[in-house]
Amino acid sequence: MENLSEPIVQIRQLTKSYHRGEQLVPVLTNISFDIFSGEFIALMGPSGSGKSTLLNLIAGIDKPDSGSLKVSGIDIATLSEADLADWRAANVGFIFQFYNLMPVLTAFENVELPLLLTRLSRNQRRERVELALSMVGLTDRMEHYPSELSGGQQQRVAIARAFITDPVILVADEPTGDLDRASANDILAMLERLNSEMGKTIIMVTHDPHAAKSAHSIRHLEKGELDVTN
Amino acid sequence: MEWRIFYLAFLPGFSSIIRRVSGEFAKMHFLKLILRNTLRHKLRTGLTVLGLMVAILAFGLLRTVVDAWYAGAEGASSARLVTRNAISLVFPLPINYQERIRRIQGVTAISHASWFGGVYVTPKNFFPQFAVDAKTYFNLYPEYLIPPAELKAFLTDRKGCVIGRKLASTYGFKIGDTIPLRGTIYPGSWSFTVRAIYDGAEAGTDTSQFFFHWDYLNETMKKAVARRTDWIGVYVIEISDPDRAAEISTEVDAMFRNSLAETLTETEKAFQLGFVSMTEAIVVAIRIVSFLVIFIILAVMANTMAMTARERIAEYATLKALGFGPRFLAGLIYGESLAIALAGAMTGILLTFPVADRFSEQVGTLFPVFGVSLETVYMQAAAAIAVGLAAAILPAYRAARVSIVEGLRSIG
Amino acid sequence: MSVPLSYIWRNLAARKLTTLLTAGGMALVVFVFATVLMLEEGLRKTLVETGSPDNVVITRRSAGTEVQSVIDRDQAAIVENQPEVAYSANGLRLASKETIVLISLAKRNSDKASNVLIRGVGQKGIELRPQVEIAEGRMFRPGSTEIIAGKSVAERYKGAGVGETLRFGQREWTVVGIMDAGKTGFDSEIWGDVDQLMQAFRRPVYSSVILKLNDPAVFPQLKIRIENDPRLTLEVKQESVFYAEQSQLLANFIRYLGMILSIIFSIGAIIGAMITMYASVANRATEIGTLRALGFRRKNILAAFLMEALMLGAAGGVVGLVLASFMQLFTISTMNWQSFSELAFSFTLNGAIIIKSFAFALIMGVTGGFLPAARAARLNIVDSLRAA
Repeated sequence: MENLSEPIVQIRQLTKSYHRGEQLVPVLTNISFDIFSGEFIALMGPSGSGKSTLLNLIAGIDKPDSGSLKVSGIDIATLSEADLADWRAANVGFIFQFYNLMPVLTAFENVELPLLLTRLSRNQRRERVELALSMVGLTDRMEHYPSELSGGQQQRVAIARAFITDPVILVADEPTGDLDRASANDILAMLERLNSEMGKTIIMVTHDPHAAKSAHSIRHLEKGELDVTN
Repeated sequence: MEWRIFYLAFLPGFSSIIRRVSGEFAKMHFLKLILRNTLRHKLRTGLTVLGLMVAILAFGLLRTVVDAWYAGAEGASSARLVTRNAISLVFPLPINYQERIRRIQGVTAISHASWFGGVYVTPKNFFPQFAVDAKTYFNLYPEYLIPPAELKAFLTDRKGCVIGRKLASTYGFKIGDTIPLRGTIYPGSWSFTVRAIYDGAEAGTDTSQFFFHWDYLNETMKKAVARRTDWIGVYVIEISDPDRAAEISTEVDAMFRNSLAETLTETEKAFQLGFVSMTEAIVVAIRIVSFLVIFIILAVMANTMAMTARERIAEYATLKALGFGPRFLAGLIYGESLAIALAGAMTGILLTFPVADRFSEQVGTLFPVFGVSLETVYMQAAAAIAVGLAAAILPAYRAARVSIVEGLRSIG
Repeated sequence: MSVPLSYIWRNLAARKLTTLLTAGGMALVVFVFATVLMLEEGLRKTLVETGSPDNVVITRRSAGTEVQSVIDRDQAAIVENQPEVAYSANGLRLASKETIVLISLAKRNSDKASNVLIRGVGQKGIELRPQVEIAEGRMFRPGSTEIIAGKSVAERYKGAGVGETLRFGQREWTVVGIMDAGKTGFDSEIWGDVDQLMQAFRRPVYSSVILKLNDPAVFPQLKIRIENDPRLTLEVKQESVFYAEQSQLLANFIRYLGMILSIIFSIGAIIGAMITMYASVANRATEIGTLRALGFRRKNILAAFLMEALMLGAAGGVVGLVLASFMQLFTISTMNWQSFSELAFSFTLNGAIIIKSFAFALIMGVTGGFLPAARAARLNIVDSLRAA
C-alpha cells in the first residue's frame, strides 16, 4: 500500500483553454489540489465548469496548456503520445456515461480487452476475467453481447473492464448519468466496494448529488476554478 | 463475495506485468475483431464485396481480351520468317520466288500460304482460310498435330482440307464433312471435304484455321482468270539459326529489289505484331477501361470504409483511452478493408474462369486463343489489394489522429 | 407538402467525402458510357457521311469491299453508259471508274506500318464527292505521278505531307495537296490518277465504279438491270448503304463491348449509391421519425430520399459528361477489319448522347436509391424516434 502522506495525484497550477473559432475559451485556470491514495472524490459543478476536462487531464487523455500533473510521481503532462498510451494501460481504469463497450465483443471479451496489452497467457487472462465478472455479478452473462444487456449490466461490464488491470486510479465520468435509480445505486455500491475493499482511488464526475454522497469528499468546480469551501 | 479475493489471487507483482507487448499481442484477438467488424453491417459489406467481385471479374475479362489480341504474336516462332509483297499484304508474290529463296544459305525449308477470305454461309461466321503448299506447309508448323493417316488422306484429296480442333467444335465439323465457302477474293462457290483435324501442341496454338491445297486454287483460277495464276500470298521460311533472322531477311529482300514484286521479310512474330499494331487503338482503349473499372470500385470501397470509420470514431477513442495505440487502430481499419477486398477478389477471380469459358464459346473463332493467364490472376489479386489498401488510407489516418476527448464526445 | 430541396441538398453537402466518392464513381461510369456512344457516333458519322444517297457504288458480286472487287474494262463501260446515270455540265457522264489498293506505310511517330487505302479516281471522281475539298496545295494533274492525301493520312504517315514524296509501284509520287473531306472516310485515303496507278501496280482492271443517278428514284430499276445482266457479275449499292456496311463489324464491336462494359460498371456504381443511401437512412432515423411526427407522409419521405439519390446521380452525370466532352479533342485511328485499311474517326458528342448519358446517370441514382428510400419510408415513427 502507498504511503498515505504522499498524494497519488498532485496537481499544480493546471491551466487549460479551448479554441472556439477565433476565440480562446479558458476552461481551467490555475487549479492545484492533491488526491491521496484510497480517496473517493466526486467532482461536481454546473455544465461548462470544466469538471470533465479536469477528469480527462488526470486520466491522461487530454493535455494541459501549463502546470504540472503528477500521478504516482510521474508528470504525465510531459509524456509523449505513445508513452501516455502505455501509461494509461497500466495506471488508469475508465468508466464512461455511455459504457463505451465494443459492440462486436462479448462481455467476456470486453473485459479481456485491456489484458491483451499485457504478457498474461490465455489461461491467466481467462481466470482473471471470470473472477472480475463474478465480482460484478455477471457470471451468467459472459457470452452476451452489449446489445443483449441492460444499461446497468453494461455499466457493470465496464467496471470490470476498468479494474481488471488493477489500475492506480479509476476515473468515472457520469457513471450513473444514463441509468435508472436502482441500477445507479448498484453501480455506486460497486464503486464504494472497489474503494473500501480494494483500496482503489476513484475520481468521479457527476452532477447528481445523490451519487456524490457515495464519495468521501466532494470538490466543486465553478467557471474553471476550484471552490475550496468544502 | 469478498472482493479482496481479487487481490489475494492476482495482486503480487501485477502492475509490473502491465507492459506493452509490442508487435505480437494476441494476434488471434486482432483478427477476430476485424472479422466481427467486417460482419457488423452485413448489407453494406455484402454490397461492397459484390461490387468488388464484379469489378475484379470485369478487369480479368478485359485483360484476357487484350491477351487474346496478342495471342497470334505470342504463339509465333522466331525461327520462321514471313516474306510478303512490300507494297502491302493484298499484293501477291509470284510462285517462282520459292526456288530462289530456298537456295539462300541458312534457309532450311520454305512453304507458302494465300489468304482465301471465303464466307461460310454468312459473313458473321468468320474464320481464317489459307490455300497452302500442302506438301511442305505442315512440316514448318510442328505445333499443328495431325494424325499421320489423316494427313495422308488430305494430301491425296485435291479438294480436301485440314481444320483446327476449335473450328471443328465451333461449327460441328467432322472428318468427311463438306464445307461450302463463297469466295470474295477468288469468286465463285467452293466446297472442301474435311480430311484432317489438327490439335495444338500448346494452349496458345491457334486451332481455328482452315487449310486447303493451293494447287487446287491455282488450277481453278487458271480456267477462270488466267492472269491470276501462279501467285501466292506469303512465303513462310524456316531458318536454321534464329540469330541470323535479320541477316537472311535482308538477303531475301535484296534479291528482289527493283523487281516487279519487291518483298518485305520479317520474323513471324514481327509479322503478327504488325497486325496487332494496326488495331492498337482498340487494345489501348480496352486497357484504359480495365483500369477505370478499378478506379470506380475504389470509389465505392473508399466510401464504405469512410462511412464505417466515421460511425466508429467513439469506439476508436475508447480503445485509445484503454491504451491501444494508433497503429492498432490503423491495423483494424486496414485489416477490415483488406478482408473485404480479398473476399471480393477471391469470388471475382473464381468467377473469371467459367465466365471466360462462356465468353470464348460465344465468340467462337473470333478469338482463336482465349484463356485466363496466371498473370491476369496475379493482376486481379494485386488490383484488389491495392484497392483495399488505398480505401483504408484516409479513414485509418483519421482514426489514428482522432483526439480521445473529441472522439468520446461523438457518441450517441 | 413535400420535404424542401434545401434540406435534401444540405444532407449531401454535410457528408462531403461520401457524396464525393459516390458521385465520383458514377461520374466514371457515365464517362465510359458517354465515351462509347461518342465513339460509335464518330464512326457512324465518318462512314455514313462518306457516302451520299444519290451515288451508287458498283463492285463485283460478293466482294464486300472495294479492295477485293475486280471489274473489267468492258464491264465498266457497260455500267457507265446506263441511262440512269446523270450528266455533268459539260455533257459527260457523272461516273468514276476507280481502282483501290492498299499500301503499307510507316507512321510518323512510331515507324510502325499500317495499311492505307490508295484510290485511283477518274476525272469525275471529285465532282461525285462534293464533301471533299482541297485544304492545302492543289489537285493532282491527270496523267501525272502526283497524288493528294487525306488530312488524317497527311498527319499520321511519313512522306504524306504536301511536297513530300512516297515510293510505291516502283515510282516516286509527289504529294501536291491535302484533302479535307469533312471527317469522312476519304480523310483516311490517298487519291491519284486512276490510269497512272493502274500502270504502276500492273493492274489491268478497275475495283469499282461510282455513279451519280439523275434521279434517286430510279435506283431500284438500275440495280435490277445490272445485277441480272449475265455479262456482269456485279453488285449495285447506294453509296451510303455501302459505307455503312463497311463499318458494321467495327461498329458492332464497339457497341457490344460498350454495352457490356456499361452494364458491368453501372452495377458497381449502383452498389455504391445503395451503400451511401442505406447509410444515409440509418444515420437519420431520428430525423425521419421527427419529420413524420411533424406530419410528413411516408411518400414525402420516399420522395425526399429518392431526390437525394437523383441528385447524386445528376452530379455524377454532369461531371462524367464534362469529362467525356474533352474526349472530342481526340481522334482514334484503327484498322477497319472489313476493308483492312486504317480509318480515323473522332469522338463525337451530340444532344442525343447528352440526354442518354444523363438519363443513364439518373437511372443509376434511382436504382441505387430506391430500396434505401423504401426502407426510410417504412420506418415506424416511434421506433425511429427512439433510434438515437
